[in-house]
Amino acid sequence: MAVTENLPSPGHERPIGFGRLKRKEDARFIRGKGTYLDDIRLPGMVHGAILRSPYAHARIVSIDTSRALAHPNVAAVVTAKDLETLGLAWMPTISYDTQAVLAGDKVRFQGQEVAFVIATDEYSARDALQLIDVEYDPLPAVVNARKALDPDAPLIRDDKEGQEDNLASPLWEAGDAEATDRVFAEADTVVVRDIIYPRCHPAPLETCGMIADFNPKTGQLDIYNGNQAPNALRTVYAHVAGLAEHMIRIRCNDIGGGFGNKVPIYPGYVCAIAGSIVAGVPVKWIEDRSENLMSTGFARDYVMHAELCAKNGRITGLRCDVIADHGAFDSTAQPTKFPAGFFHICCGSYDLQASHVQVKAVYTNKAPGGVAYRCSFRITEAVYLMERMVGALALEMGVDPIELRMQSFIRPEQFPYETTTGWTYDSGDYEKTMRVAMDIADYEGLRREQAEKRARGELMGIGVSFFTEGVGAGPRKHMDILGLSMNDGADLRVHPSGKAVVSISAQTQGQGHETTFAQIVAEELGIPPEDVQVRHGDTDRTPFGLGTYGSRSTPVSGAAVSVVSRKVRDRARLIASTMLETRPEDLAWEKGRWYVKGDPSKGAPIEQIAAYAYSGSPMPEGMEGGLDAQVIYDPPNLTYPYGAYIAVVDVDPETAAVKVRRFIAVDDCGVRINPMIVDGQIHGGLAEGIGIALMELISFDQEGNCLNSSFMDYLIPTALECPDFELGQTVTPCPHHPLGAKGVGESPNVGSPPAIVNAVIDALHESHGVTHIDMPCTPARVWAAMQGRPEPPQ
Amino acid sequence: MVQTPAPFEYERATSVEGAIAALKQRGSDARIIAGGHSLLPMMKLRLANPEYLIDINDLDELSYIREEAGEIRIGALTRHVELLESELLARHYPVFGDAERVIADPVVRNRGTIGGSLCQADAAEDLSAVCSALKARVVIRGPDGERVVAMDDFHVGPYTTAVGDGEILTEVRLPLRSGAGSAHEKVERRAGDWAIAAASAAVWIDGGTIADAGLALSAVGPTTIHVTRAEELLRGSAPSEELFVEAGEFASADCSPVPDGRGPVDYKRHLAGVLAKRALRRATARALHQEA
Amino acid sequence: MELNVTINGERVTRDVAPRQLLVHYIRDTPGLTGTHWGCDTSNCGACVVLMDGKPVKSCTILAAMAEGHEIRTVESLERDGQLDPVQMGFHELHALHCGFCTPGMLMTARALLDENPDPSEEEIRVAISGGICRCTGYKNIVDAIRWAAEHEATTRQEV
Repeated sequence: MAVTENLPSPGHERPIGFGRLKRKEDARFIRGKGTYLDDIRLPGMVHGAILRSPYAHARIVSIDTSRALAHPNVAAVVTAKDLETLGLAWMPTISYDTQAVLAGDKVRFQGQEVAFVIATDEYSARDALQLIDVEYDPLPAVVNARKALDPDAPLIRDDKEGQEDNLASPLWEAGDAEATDRVFAEADTVVVRDIIYPRCHPAPLETCGMIADFNPKTGQLDIYNGNQAPNALRTVYAHVAGLAEHMIRIRCNDIGGGFGNKVPIYPGYVCAIAGSIVAGVPVKWIEDRSENLMSTGFARDYVMHAELCAKNGRITGLRCDVIADHGAFDSTAQPTKFPAGFFHICCGSYDLQASHVQVKAVYTNKAPGGVAYRCSFRITEAVYLMERMVGALALEMGVDPIELRMQSFIRPEQFPYETTTGWTYDSGDYEKTMRVAMDIADYEGLRREQAEKRARGELMGIGVSFFTEGVGAGPRKHMDILGLSMNDGADLRVHPSGKAVVSISAQTQGQGHETTFAQIVAEELGIPPEDVQVRHGDTDRTPFGLGTYGSRSTPVSGAAVSVVSRKVRDRARLIASTMLETRPEDLAWEKGRWYVKGDPSKGAPIEQIAAYAYSGSPMPEGMEGGLDAQVIYDPPNLTYPYGAYIAVVDVDPETAAVKVRRFIAVDDCGVRINPMIVDGQIHGGLAEGIGIALMELISFDQEGNCLNSSFMDYLIPTALECPDFELGQTVTPCPHHPLGAKGVGESPNVGSPPAIVNAVIDALHESHGVTHIDMPCTPARVWAAMQGRPEPPQ
Repeated sequence: MVQTPAPFEYERATSVEGAIAALKQRGSDARIIAGGHSLLPMMKLRLANPEYLIDINDLDELSYIREEAGEIRIGALTRHVELLESELLARHYPVFGDAERVIADPVVRNRGTIGGSLCQADAAEDLSAVCSALKARVVIRGPDGERVVAMDDFHVGPYTTAVGDGEILTEVRLPLRSGAGSAHEKVERRAGDWAIAAASAAVWIDGGTIADAGLALSAVGPTTIHVTRAEELLRGSAPSEELFVEAGEFASADCSPVPDGRGPVDYKRHLAGVLAKRALRRATARALHQEA
Repeated sequence: MELNVTINGERVTRDVAPRQLLVHYIRDTPGLTGTHWGCDTSNCGACVVLMDGKPVKSCTILAAMAEGHEIRTVESLERDGQLDPVQMGFHELHALHCGFCTPGMLMTARALLDENPDPSEEEIRVAISGGICRCTGYKNIVDAIRWAAEHEATTRQEV
């Protein structure tokens, strides 16, 4: 079902390779023919629904399922007791903790799963939830990360042997404390801030769910699940369910947004699988929006204390101390050796002399999670911290915030640059990118406008953020999740017709992989992208890999596809040399064909080479027939995209309402495979940043009730809150990536919140003396800051 | 999946009298449904569980905006979008356009009705403040006939109105007087959200003096706050910025906001005052332009 | 109760409980899963369809209430193999990523252009403010609808 017909100008440019190529996957989506989870109906399918705890912390005294079981359309009601017999009452998390699938002894967060109903239809399943009687004995709850460490705080994880407090993970430390102390002692300016990155939520438009279909005759478990890491999860399910991986097939089909929310394994999945194994029919479970907001993987919730210092006009040192609120179970997803993710990249884009970072994680009576929402494994928190601190330092020093950054940037000649916390940044020319942003924004013009407005009592703010992040995890030596190394495969087969199929382990949830990965093959082999099918989303038909999150698709799978394409190209060269009766070294390549050096009319286009490879004609010595290759790519390092962002806000002096008037984003993600798609990713992430900076918040009252469990109270920006984004780019290729490309999908969410908050402070600093405010910058919270009483969010 | 209501029975009314009869017959387990964008969400969350729904969407006789007997009369089934697009209202009472532009979103406005919004009686509901400021009266019809009720008597408490069991709100009546100017000001956390606070103001200016004034607030009390002290201050005075400021101070003082996710008490009070002042300022500017 | 709802010009007859939501009635009709749902509180707009030409949130309408009205879903936009200009605009200008909000946005756009053939950027943003997109940041959606407005005349001629 092509969409290229009916276009107004059929001669439209269609690059073969990199460039602005319209998306192949659009064809089904614009017709409403996507296949999302809830679109799948299987014969005999039944429906699951989850009963959830109204309490944040309570003992379960009793569960009476009799009334629910009496409902004519209810097939089963599953509780922890039933799962215990299957050994499934608790499940392992990606962080080597355990999480209750269904609560048995007690509930530990509001919304926690208590029972699973299976009924013939969804309406009945929902009705049946009200027929389950649970008696709770409420316990005091703790929903504040600092209070969770009080000696008299209620003990949440009394299920863990030896657990005597609410500390979730051992201290993570990076940098050099002593060297940092020395640098601070010598500094001429020091700023100190307590900065909170509040709990927010990725809230993809399609909620999480699964269809589990166990065939008792064959022992095959078919799973439909919108998940960002299907191969890795298959291995986990194999372990948990006691099945071989080849007996489990996970199909993702179309996913309505992921943003990290669709990485973890949720109790509903395990219940659906268990239900199907026991009942022998397909079981569908899809959560509603309140379940999504209350129980699935949230993001951030970092309580940070930071100090930044400068000497002679340059930033010299950073120290920070963080409490990470992980919720009731530790289910963050990050490489094993990095329990605080990549937070220690908070050293930022600056040539610091020393830094020291400490992170500890605590349990609270809130939903589990923390690593999600385009965070690049906690880089959103890291960049927010550093860029807010640089803003604070500039204020303290009375210098322009861009000028301070320019003085402190890592210089181009210093790359590859080893940071004080152990990262090796690959490439960068920061000043150039910053200047492009200043040009697009007309920075000097903005400062003039600001001065004029100030004179009239109008509050306009200009905020800056410059970030470097590390994406594309990662080298197998350092990076694994649950012991599975973060390497991804690519299989490429060129068919006799010369058209190709490339199978990848990356898992799109809207990133345009069906187009961009075809473009990589097109760039390397000259096969038009419409003739390259990208196969993904089916563990039976794709190579092993760790999937899509942390902006790793281009850095890892993109590299894999490039390398596998080059392998095919090299094989094609050998075949061509036989076809053309010359030596391989006498052949040169131009996109789409090998030709004889010095005699370009004598050549073999790739389709001919493919046809030849499958025919009976003689192959080169020692080579098998066919034209295909397989690769597993082990990245030598992360890639380090960076960007310069400038936000312009207006604050109403009386109502304190904040409007983002302009947002300028200049990103450098190395070589851009499809600029249209890159720009689209930036737009989307900037909108998320506006949401986080101004309105998104998951908060709790003292009893642990979640106050933002619907889209009436978890506010997401509409088209009216987003300006017409102004984008620019610089291209500084990645030296170690075969295409010179870096990841980019998360950069806009990483870089934008600090720019916006810096802008709000900039608007209010001179008139109201504001030097700090925490997100979200709602009118009420901004007004409190203007009165001199900024408060952290609940 | 999306949350779903508990089971109920359903019938479509074919006349107002029929709807009233059905309400009487079914008793307190029955609810009228019009646009449904207040009731259905509550039913889906199982906060409301009527056993019987009487759908009045076919009652075209309740859908109108017309000038009659020195009033603008609006049928209860008139949709928000119709109020927004009404030239008659734009000409006489642009406060409706101001409010409608910030009520929910354009898609919801295609369904929601003025009757439904007023009867939902959420304290944050914008049209309640608009009607209060305009000195509207509403017509309530029941098995024993019709009665006309002033807005102050209509708003009884949170989510509670003077519409009794077995009765239906059928019409909203706005007095038409010369020299009118009106405006609605609202601040919300995001487009489409309920108000953190909102103010509706109306002035009727005669010979340079404010002959009458209306000022009402949304979202800063258990129901719409009718700021009578401000109206007394304004009546008989010449409009001035100082006057609006003082009226705003009365608005701040005379409301009773509660703290919640939208804001704490002090901010809401402050906001009520600012918005009252701004609404009065704009209403006056409109009135004077009209006079000219 | 037996319901007859006209969807995309065809009469769909089904026996459903009064509480069945229109979004489910539509999605239970073969071939009509293009209308989506994404929230519980009528905020997200993934379920937007046209009722008598006006965009409405089908999750907040009972199927029973739709009887006697014309419902149009995203599947009705393509006619005789020709894409609607709004569909073409979304493709031209990359106005979709995951595609989940897209049907609601397309129907909203279609209704907007039917009523206002030359909308400003501001008018477009207002019109789509009842829908949430998590992926695109809205800029390309706005540009796509402008594109459709500009190309409507040309395309209509071809049809």
